[in-house]
Amino acid sequence: MSSATQTWKTERAVASLKRTVLYITLVAFAALFLTPLYVVISTGLKTFQEARLAAMWSLPPSVSLQAFSAAFTRLAPHLENSFKLVIPATFGSALLGSINGYVFSKWRFRGANTIFALMLFGMFIPYQSILIPLVVFLRTIGLYGTLWGLILTHIVYGIPINTLMFRNFYAKIPDELLDAGHIDGLDLLGVYRRIIVPLSAPGLVVVVIWQFTSIWNDFLFAVTITQRPGVQPITVALQNLAGSQVIEWNVQMAGALLAAMPTLVLYIILGKNFIRGMLAGSVKG
Amino acid sequence: MIRTKRDLTKAVLLVTPSIVLVSIFVYGFILWSLRTSVSAWQGIRPDYTFVGLRNYIHLFQSTRFQIDLWNTAYFTLFFIATCIVVGFVLAFLINRNIRGEGVFRTVYLFPMALSFIVTGVVWRWMLNPTFGVNIILENLGFPSDWGWYTDPTRIGGFHVALTSLILAASWQFAGYTMAIYLAGLRSIPYEVIESARMDGATEIMIVRKVVLPMLRSITLSAVVVLGHISLKIFDLVMAMTGRGPRFATDFPGVFMFETTFTGNRYGEGAAISIVMLVMVALIIIPYLVHVFRQETHE
Amino acid sequence: MTLRRVVVFGVMALLLVPFSAMAAGEGEEEERVEEGLEIVTWWTAGGEAEALAALIDVYRQRYPDVEVMNSTVAGGGGSQARGVLASRMVGGRPPDTFQVHGGAGIIGTWVVDDFMEPVTHILEDNDWMGVFPEDVIEIISYEGEIYSIPVNIHRSNVMWYNIGVFEEHNLNPPQSLAEFFEVAEQLQAAGVTPLALGGTDGWEPTHLLESVLLAELGPDAYRGLWDGTTAWDGSEALAALSTFVDMLDYITADQSAITNIDAAEYVAEGQAAMTVMGDWVHGFYLAIGLEPGEDYGWMPTPGTQGNFIMLTDTFGLPKDAPNPTNVRRWLTVVASREGQDTFNPIKGSIPARTDADRDKYDVYLLSAMDDFARDSIVPSLAHGAAAEVGWMSSINDVVTFLVEDKDIETAAADFQSLADQYVR
Repeated sequence: MSSATQTWKTERAVASLKRTVLYITLVAFAALFLTPLYVVISTGLKTFQEARLAAMWSLPPSVSLQAFSAAFTRLAPHLENSFKLVIPATFGSALLGSINGYVFSKWRFRGANTIFALMLFGMFIPYQSILIPLVVFLRTIGLYGTLWGLILTHIVYGIPINTLMFRNFYAKIPDELLDAGHIDGLDLLGVYRRIIVPLSAPGLVVVVIWQFTSIWNDFLFAVTITQRPGVQPITVALQNLAGSQVIEWNVQMAGALLAAMPTLVLYIILGKNFIRGMLAGSVKG
Repeated sequence: MIRTKRDLTKAVLLVTPSIVLVSIFVYGFILWSLRTSVSAWQGIRPDYTFVGLRNYIHLFQSTRFQIDLWNTAYFTLFFIATCIVVGFVLAFLINRNIRGEGVFRTVYLFPMALSFIVTGVVWRWMLNPTFGVNIILENLGFPSDWGWYTDPTRIGGFHVALTSLILAASWQFAGYTMAIYLAGLRSIPYEVIESARMDGATEIMIVRKVVLPMLRSITLSAVVVLGHISLKIFDLVMAMTGRGPRFATDFPGVFMFETTFTGNRYGEGAAISIVMLVMVALIIIPYLVHVFRQETHE
Repeated sequence: MTLRRVVVFGVMALLLVPFSAMAAGEGEEEERVEEGLEIVTWWTAGGEAEALAALIDVYRQRYPDVEVMNSTVAGGGGSQARGVLASRMVGGRPPDTFQVHGGAGIIGTWVVDDFMEPVTHILEDNDWMGVFPEDVIEIISYEGEIYSIPVNIHRSNVMWYNIGVFEEHNLNPPQSLAEFFEVAEQLQAAGVTPLALGGTDGWEPTHLLESVLLAELGPDAYRGLWDGTTAWDGSEALAALSTFVDMLDYITADQSAITNIDAAEYVAEGQAAMTVMGDWVHGFYLAIGLEPGEDYGWMPTPGTQGNFIMLTDTFGLPKDAPNPTNVRRWLTVVASREGQDTFNPIKGSIPARTDADRDKYDVYLLSAMDDFARDSIVPSLAHGAAAEVGWMSSINDVVTFLVEDKDIETAAADFQSLADQYVR
């Protein structure tokens, strides 16, 4: 056996050992990341008696849907509220974002960049710093405590990030395409409607998923603006569920899963677009 | 690109509604909060009597707020560090032609889709001192009497109870840093690494001398994005720990909410919110300036 | 498209958002005008929720057409609910009526700032002024008008104890603070936590503190803490703080992580021997099937015999309440003998009226009713009767530090500076 094959064999052995270690590490991390999910599902499938104390980590002795049906009964109206909130808020801010993105990417009038930067700052501010005026303002226009007040809030504070995402997306559309439109006699709105909008689908998906997720998951605005249980979205309801005197962990875990389901499903089906939105969220496209 | 003056005017008009809305809701409201923060407003009815910096002085003298600032500093530091290290390691490992890459990526990233409220509710249950992970630690023979978020111990100014929040928050965001690092790694031209390898560089040297420097700008945006999340943290604390023993897990966001909406001390609440804004502005404004400079250079 | 059309388009887009929202908001407005009655409370579970439901049933029988909306806000022994309520009132969307603690809770927070309608006529019209004790009328009144209707009385200075634990260790429940420390020492030595204390909601240690303040200061000086005649940093108050801190040597290890109900459960299970908590604990014990006088006993917090720290849940009428007529009817039900005798036996509290039907009340409640008629009555701090909500929440912050740091000098100075700020 030549020394060359010897080295080659050792190298192969080392390489395959490395691969094994690599996979073990990845699987270990995956297990770590999935542990909370296991706890949620297994606890949610237990009865109140089973979901106590030492039995936390064990699998449910038998599958009980008691907790899920209890959680669903209590949370269903709030899930409905969340959908009523998220759908108009998402599309409202996406529309404004798309128009702005088009202008800021293709019509850089003087000062456009400065205005755009000033707008972007709005997506980073701690919303606490506008919370008191927001409450007083919404009261003045009579929208305080309503879902519409919350929708308006999410539309407005969604403008900066949506503008950013659409701007980055439209920047990739070649100018020549737009020029062709102009030569055909279209003005700027015509170009927007005939050329930009039809090309917007991929960008729109990203924006919609991102907005849907962040509005669905919002708590601060929801807890401040919608005070009546009748209009509260799911995050507030889930938090209230947790605040009850006698804590029914199984119902809480089932509730947490219900609250997470819509965004989780979106993520699993449209994961790639979700990641794109997330990357766009860090300013650089 | 062909632009007529007329079209440019229209362009300005098109973005005007958004500009007006953002001016009012962001900048106008910030000024309004600023005004509230120097007012006597205490109680339910608004009262804008000017009181100078009284609320701020009161605030910075309060032990609770000092604790909040330290908690924010420590939480930010450890949360960002954890996310960056774990995220980078995962990205680096995943980038090596892994079978089932998509599955791993999906698993690491799924917590990002969740609300902080969900995360908080779940982790509060997992880290419950009497029946949470302590039971597993006990079964494995490790010390198992951790108080987690109920532990009032301090090491220097660091509240041990913060660890629980750091764990939960990192669980949620490590996938995010993984994803952006992965995107960054994929954008490094293969030839660059290959030629370094040809020059006899070891893997570690390649990472240190070639990969990390090229990911610098990604690390910067990760720090900024995670940093501004941690400076305004609220939901997770509310759902998971509350203010904790001796405010061990208290943060300005929680303090602001309680002061304003539970204690009816609006002037002070506004002052807290302005301090939060300043902290965020200190990292965001330089970053935005940096990003826009780069863009104009390109 | 002409420039003008673009201008119109732009303006419309600008107006579209708030307008469409407003239009929809008006729709909501209409929906709200429907004859209903929204009641906000933090009675979310157990006997409290059942008691409220029973009271609502009395109302429904009298006014079957009114749609009653029972809005409960969980969490924090009412602190979450108060937060929610403050936002709604400031936001101009008050509920029809809401649960509020009598005393500073209603007067300092809502009445002084002109958010409430007087409801004196409800007692006058029904000739009920005489059936509510003067101490109670006093704390719900402001400038000669009554602003809320008390539905019940709770006692704060009660010590609950596990009879079995005391028998097993051959001990008697302590009557005085000195006895408390002796007993606590022996229990500690025997491996039983002497005193269960909660903390998740921020007010539990304050609840213990008010009993200790009363024990050390006596009722007159205790009342003086709220009107500025007793110094918080005086020697008597410092002695009380020092006693309080000493008691902390005997409390549950996981204090900050448990609620007041958890603490009561520790006592029920025998892990702990005693807990100082309001008499809603009695309702909780009944709910989990314990036998009063056999499984658990009660007495005034050591050193507070002959005194009754009172808190009262009341309902008021906000100025912009959507359905004021329904509220007035509700308040009449609340104030009525039938209402009080329906609500209180289930809630585990005593009626605010003095003419209750004693047959409906159990052994604990009868003893509390007798004490209430005899004792010196002072308002509770931890439950918003003695101090307005801003003061109370600041006091809770100071107590949170006191529990961990045990620095009575700093605490006394902080308490005094709060008093300087809040005493009107």
